[in-house]
Amino acid sequence: MFNDFVSQFWPQTIDGLAFGSIYALIALGYTMVYGVLRLINFAHSEVFMIGTFGAMVVPFVFGINTPLTGIALVGLILAMIAAGALASAGTAVALERVAYRPLRKRGASRLAALISAIGASIFLQELFALLVIPAVFDRPERGRIQMGLPRIAERQELFSIFGHPVMTHQVFVVVAAIGMMIILERLVNRTKIGRGIRATAQNPEAAVLMGVDINRIVQMTFLIGGAMAGVAGALYLLAYENTNYYIGFLFGIKAFTAAVLGGIGNLRGALVGGIALGLAENYGAIIFGSDWKHVISFTVLVLVLMFRPTGLLGESLQQARA
Amino acid sequence: MALTLGLAACSGGGSETPGGGATTGGGEAAPTTVKIGFMGDLTGSNAGIVIPPRNGAKLAIDQYNATNPKVKIEMVEYDSQADATKAVGLAQQAIKTDKIVALIGPAFSGESAQVAPVLEEAKIPSVSASATNAALAQNGWKYWHRVLPNDAVQGPGIADFIAGAAAAKNVFVIDDKSEYGKPLADAVRAQLKAKGVTVTDDSLDPAESDFSSVVNKVAAGKPDAIFFGGYYAAAGPLLKQLRDKGVKDAKFFSGDGSLDKGLVEGAGAANAEGALVGCPCYVATPDVTDEKVKKFATDYKAAYSADPAIYATEGFDAATVFIEAIKAGKVTAEDINTFISTVDFAGVSKQVKFEANGEVVAKDIYMYQIKGGNITLLGKASEAKLG
Amino acid sequence: MNQMNALSRFRSSWSHFSDGVRDRWAAAPGWQRWAVYILLIIGALLLPSESLAPIMSPYSDWASVLFFPIGTFVVLAIGLNVVVGQAGLLDLGFVAFYAVGGYAMGLLGTRLGWNFWEILVVGILICALSGVVLGAPTLRLRGDYLAIVTLGFGEIIRITARNTDEIGGPNGIRGIPHPPSIEGFELFGIQVFKYGVLDPRPYYYMLVALAVIVIILVKRWEKSRVGRAWAAIREDEDAAEVMGVPTFRFKMLAFAIGASIGGAMGVVWAAKVISINPNDFLFLLSATILAAVVMGGAGNLPGVMLGAFIVAWLPERFRGLQEYRMLIFGAVLVALMIFKPEGLLPSRQRKAELKGGTGGMGSLGADVPGPETKADVIEGADK
Repeated sequence: MFNDFVSQFWPQTIDGLAFGSIYALIALGYTMVYGVLRLINFAHSEVFMIGTFGAMVVPFVFGINTPLTGIALVGLILAMIAAGALASAGTAVALERVAYRPLRKRGASRLAALISAIGASIFLQELFALLVIPAVFDRPERGRIQMGLPRIAERQELFSIFGHPVMTHQVFVVVAAIGMMIILERLVNRTKIGRGIRATAQNPEAAVLMGVDINRIVQMTFLIGGAMAGVAGALYLLAYENTNYYIGFLFGIKAFTAAVLGGIGNLRGALVGGIALGLAENYGAIIFGSDWKHVISFTVLVLVLMFRPTGLLGESLQQARA
Repeated sequence: MALTLGLAACSGGGSETPGGGATTGGGEAAPTTVKIGFMGDLTGSNAGIVIPPRNGAKLAIDQYNATNPKVKIEMVEYDSQADATKAVGLAQQAIKTDKIVALIGPAFSGESAQVAPVLEEAKIPSVSASATNAALAQNGWKYWHRVLPNDAVQGPGIADFIAGAAAAKNVFVIDDKSEYGKPLADAVRAQLKAKGVTVTDDSLDPAESDFSSVVNKVAAGKPDAIFFGGYYAAAGPLLKQLRDKGVKDAKFFSGDGSLDKGLVEGAGAANAEGALVGCPCYVATPDVTDEKVKKFATDYKAAYSADPAIYATEGFDAATVFIEAIKAGKVTAEDINTFISTVDFAGVSKQVKFEANGEVVAKDIYMYQIKGGNITLLGKASEAKLG
Repeated sequence: MNQMNALSRFRSSWSHFSDGVRDRWAAAPGWQRWAVYILLIIGALLLPSESLAPIMSPYSDWASVLFFPIGTFVVLAIGLNVVVGQAGLLDLGFVAFYAVGGYAMGLLGTRLGWNFWEILVVGILICALSGVVLGAPTLRLRGDYLAIVTLGFGEIIRITARNTDEIGGPNGIRGIPHPPSIEGFELFGIQVFKYGVLDPRPYYYMLVALAVIVIILVKRWEKSRVGRAWAAIREDEDAAEVMGVPTFRFKMLAFAIGASIGGAMGVVWAAKVISINPNDFLFLLSATILAAVVMGGAGNLPGVMLGAFIVAWLPERFRGLQEYRMLIFGAVLVALMIFKPEGLLPSRQRKAELKGGTGGMGSLGADVPGPETKADVIEGADK
């Protein structure tokens, strides 16, 4: 057991970091919406799923199935990220419009919104399995299978840690995730729209009195959170090269766990929570076996919440930055 | 007369629309149409391995009906979506309202465990074309049959091949913790250990898409063969991630759940090249030479514009069992069941003859290999050689 | 707002109708109420009639569908309603207790050969205990934290069952004994106490009996001190604590009662289906039952039962739509929530709160530290 841990420590760490970064990016969407509306956006998992397919469209349309290099590769990756972000952000905004805003206007409970979100989640999954995937990717009757992405960039060893190779795509995912996080923090802290988001999260009544357009702020929150999930979808697709219509469910649960683990409503908490969860799962798998992964992550969550009831970094969008 | 009560509403999966009912309930007159059910996951996430046997069964019945027989057969579909509890309701509907005289299926082992007792009490014979869980045959059921050998045969068959023809000494066995994958992988493990092969274990959750924790374990263990007990949806990405991690020389084995083009799509043709899949089924791959199988493959392609895939031949044979019974003038459930214990005919997949517990007598496991992105038949597991 | 007129008119006429019925009910003398109760029970017993089958369930056996999913969902929803609707605790892992009940039946029945009735009693106790064990570390958490932790526990229970070969692993348990039959007791041509494989109706009658007992108990609790304490906790936990309500103990009680009801249903269900496996207890089931409770009107028993009926029945009724039925089911869920966010038959008290703008069910989860009942504040800003 101990030997296993030593021999597998570094490769499991590297993979855990890469995967945790994807959790973190998805967790951002949960955390932002929660910070502003105190609402678990249960359909966010499908926003991520749609991001993976949005990114998939680009190489499919251009018929790319061999590895590219240089400018072409950079262009393709950027286009995939943009397409993923666009698809996801569009879905998130539409979701807010259709499934949440009518409830908000009627002063409904957040529990009603939760059920509406579960309904929307089922609807989106089935919509993709039945109609969108077969139509867009030209696969009659094959909507319910795994879709593979052809290798678009050769994978190389970038450097190694104690003889364990670290691959280009893994570094890319981690760096991109942290980069997105920095951009987002700046956006929330330094821009006018960010100020509106923070104000709304802190005290919506006062924000309205100060002339903040709440509907617009809520929409922006969904837009930004959705775009992050779309970026996560594109990065995920680049690194793991497969997706399917039900992929969102597990990611959604794990990312939400990550958000709570880090402190929900807290942007940095999402990053910390996501990466902590990715690592904990892989380390736990060495000791207990990979089939206990989910049990490990939920146990970590319960333990952390017992000792730090508001997560690792504490909650809320407003208090964390002063 | 009971036959018309169901009307159009009865078809569970619904490609058949009897319209106003085929017969006009002529009192005591002999029925001219009998209903046979087909039950399985026709629209859920595992439909990929149920549609081919459905097509095979439909083909057999259509061909039979085309001969203008005295008693025609109508196939009623029941889409259980692999949900065992709902399958029971559908079975009861099939018995009470639709009055089926026989059932092809249920397709999976989980639903079979719940549906078979209901059929048993209603005395309706069933023949499954794809349920391979070994425990099913140990319930003393008289009306339940399957037309292919079980996992307790498949597992050791594949294990013998791994230790024999593939000469592996150190094998990493992974399962997907499903009702199908776990027992199959356990059977492989036991047989490998009995042969003195070193076995390392792990399991994965097929709903996930990152198998890095498993892959790192495999890489650390440096096995010369890997067996995965589970479905192709997970097998493809798993194989790809293994090859990406530098586990390049270890041969990849899997069981019938992975015998699908989806394995190649998920892993990529280059990674899937040379992967070996065992199956108690006989797939009519394009390179077959046998006349009867060739004809089946041609007819199948003509009807469904696709090559016959996994369990298609078994579906055809399962339907043929009932067709033979009806040809012999047996039109009630009881008579058909009595007749089944005596059937002995050359089916497309194998010689069809049942033991008392419902198992088929022929116990051949076949090995398939991915070559150039296609599934090709290597031969019987006990005889096949690796080229 | 013009295009909304038809919809809002329909909405308000629905409200008037249900209000009228309720006023009449509140004013009705005791004997009239009893008459209605008895008529309802007789109606429930007559439901599995063959004449209803072609209308209610043309694709699957109506009596089977009445037992599962309809009846099962109704009882589970009544259990979850105690936790969510009455005590205001958001539980996303209710299926855990149903699973514990199912496994209790399976293990005690096959390994120790116990009789169904013994297991039912012991199973309820085990589930109450497991409710306390799961509740102890989690019930100090509030609102959404509780939601994710209960979700986690639901998954932990399922995965542990799947990974533990001693209790069957992924194969689950087979050969679970049926309840003991009383042969020869025939009413209207039905062997009402013959628990075999073929006829689901005896199980359905047992389920109706279970539901009646559960409803009586839940109603009594609701009207007692316990019910008032739950209401206080639901509306404002801090205030309740200050007023001397031992909130933790009452929350635990709600959890244990909900768990026992879920567990009892698990025992009955397992005894009918003979074989169970971990995949019968997916998160989707928890979500569906929660949807039933909220859609029907959390806190109001008739509403919750109506919600469970709809959620269970719709996908079965529309089997003919084949693979499109889940797509439509999802859309219907969204549409119903938009149409009646407070539920089809909301609890009176809740409705009054909603009108007063004090947050309706807002206390569910809103008790997380920070700005309270945000949704309503934003709503106010909207006008």
